Amino acid sequence: MKSGGLWQRLDRFGRNLVPLAVTLALVILGAVPLPVAGYASVVPLFSLCAVFFWAIYRPHLLPPWLVFCIGLTQDALAGTPFGLNAIMLLLVYGMVANQRRFFLGKPFTLVWWGFMLITLIAIVVAWLLASIAFGVIIRPGPATFQFLLTLALYPLAALLLSGAQRLLPQPA
Amino acid sequence: MASKIQKPGVMAKLATFRGLAQRFAFVSLFLLAFALMMLGKAENVVVERARAGIADIAAPILDALSRPVATVSDFITQTGEMMHLREENMRLREENGRLRAWHGVATHLAAENEALRNLLNYVPPARGGFISARVVGDGGGPFVRSALINSGARDGVAKGLAALNEEGLVGRVTDVGQRSARILLLTDFNSKIPVMLETSRDRAILAGDNSAQPQLSFLPPNSRPKAGERVVTSGHGGLLPAGLPVGVVLGMRDGQMRVQPFVNWDRLEYIRIVDFGPIPAPEASAADAPVIIERPALKPAPQVVAPVAPSAVASSTGDVADSEDEDGVPPPAETLPSLPPTSGGPRQ
Repeated sequence: MKSGGLWQRLDRFGRNLVPLAVTLALVILGAVPLPVAGYASVVPLFSLCAVFFWAIYRPHLLPPWLVFCIGLTQDALAGTPFGLNAIMLLLVYGMVANQRRFFLGKPFTLVWWGFMLITLIAIVVAWLLASIAFGVIIRPGPATFQFLLTLALYPLAALLLSGAQRLLPQPA
Repeated sequence: MASKIQKPGVMAKLATFRGLAQRFAFVSLFLLAFALMMLGKAENVVVERARAGIADIAAPILDALSRPVATVSDFITQTGEMMHLREENMRLREENGRLRAWHGVATHLAAENEALRNLLNYVPPARGGFISARVVGDGGGPFVRSALINSGARDGVAKGLAALNEEGLVGRVTDVGQRSARILLLTDFNSKIPVMLETSRDRAILAGDNSAQPQLSFLPPNSRPKAGERVVTSGHGGLLPAGLPVGVVLGMRDGQMRVQPFVNWDRLEYIRIVDFGPIPAPEASAADAPVIIERPALKPAPQVVAPVAPSAVASSTGDVADSEDEDGVPPPAETLPSLPPTSGGPRQ
């Protein structure tokens, strides 16, 4: 399978970049200001949805170091302590990688349930880390709302991500 | 290939080794992220450059993406405004009448101020330039309140400059890239701004707590701020010039004296970064002009952007005003048309 012309290899290379490109696009979309009251403080974690999805279905196309870079990008755009989102996304990636067999080929509601648990842990850890970094107890209200919003939007994100997944070559 | 099949033991060892290496790499990345967080907290230059660099790359993309969003939002707002055109017109006529009276007062006070400054040989501080920028990113999430703008060092934006919009003080510049910069909003946890109450001249620190209404801390013990009193920057600490409009006192909420900022945080679109030039340290000004410090009502605050409460000025300069006015004397402070608290206040 390794053979093929230059174009074929380029095509394959381009398609393999899809998970990274889609995740980065979601990071950038999450930073676009919307004139909705209070949106900036509860903006859903689209990037977390994407990392969760690719960690289950195509982990080799989104290795941990790329997840790390995506997290840093999000930190730079959102103004959060540099490294906070990287830790959060790596945590999600690590938890999913451990339970990958559990998620593969399961009905969507079950995956959604798993997403809820993993996102909950990730947001609580991020909340704790941010509270320690700032030396104050941050009001948990916005973080809770962000969790609920992310959870509610996961089906939509999953729909988009499975569309992107169809562009990918079948795993060997 | 063939040799590997012949030695399955080597394959297994290789797989174990790979697994271990992957785990090690994963843990290292975790630790690296932690280390970056610590370095970022210590304001490490490399970390600051890295985040500014990433923001620089993304800023043009965000700029392009945020424009259609702003257009659609403007269209919706304008459609809503069309429906209330008549009432708006009535309100503006009424306000225009009041403002005309105020214009007379302001012209008179400006002339009087000029005359007094000449008497004192007062050297006005240099007027600063400003840079207009668009907010291109603000998805800070639940932990921070900040905004990314599409101007940076190449446009003259520098760390620590004041960020204003047409309503009032927005915050301060904290990170600067080549073509992007980050504004720490005054509602953020890390924002501490020296302010004063405009009528009582009491000093305090406006401390953000990530809620929409920051709190006043370090108020003098005998200070009783009234709800609706204007809050402006005091210029202490040398970070911001004095007199920039910040907000109005809301009153005690959950045991904290809260301030409602003038800025509408949900529609932060254009921002002015204002460079007021070097701001004199408060120690130096105190040593140069001790008399001025003793009489706070006369203190010539540099660049008073917000109009000073007329009663305070009138009471302190009353006798001079009497001797200077020939005709066209504006009404005394007591009979001035009162500005409704909402006219300069936050949008409802």
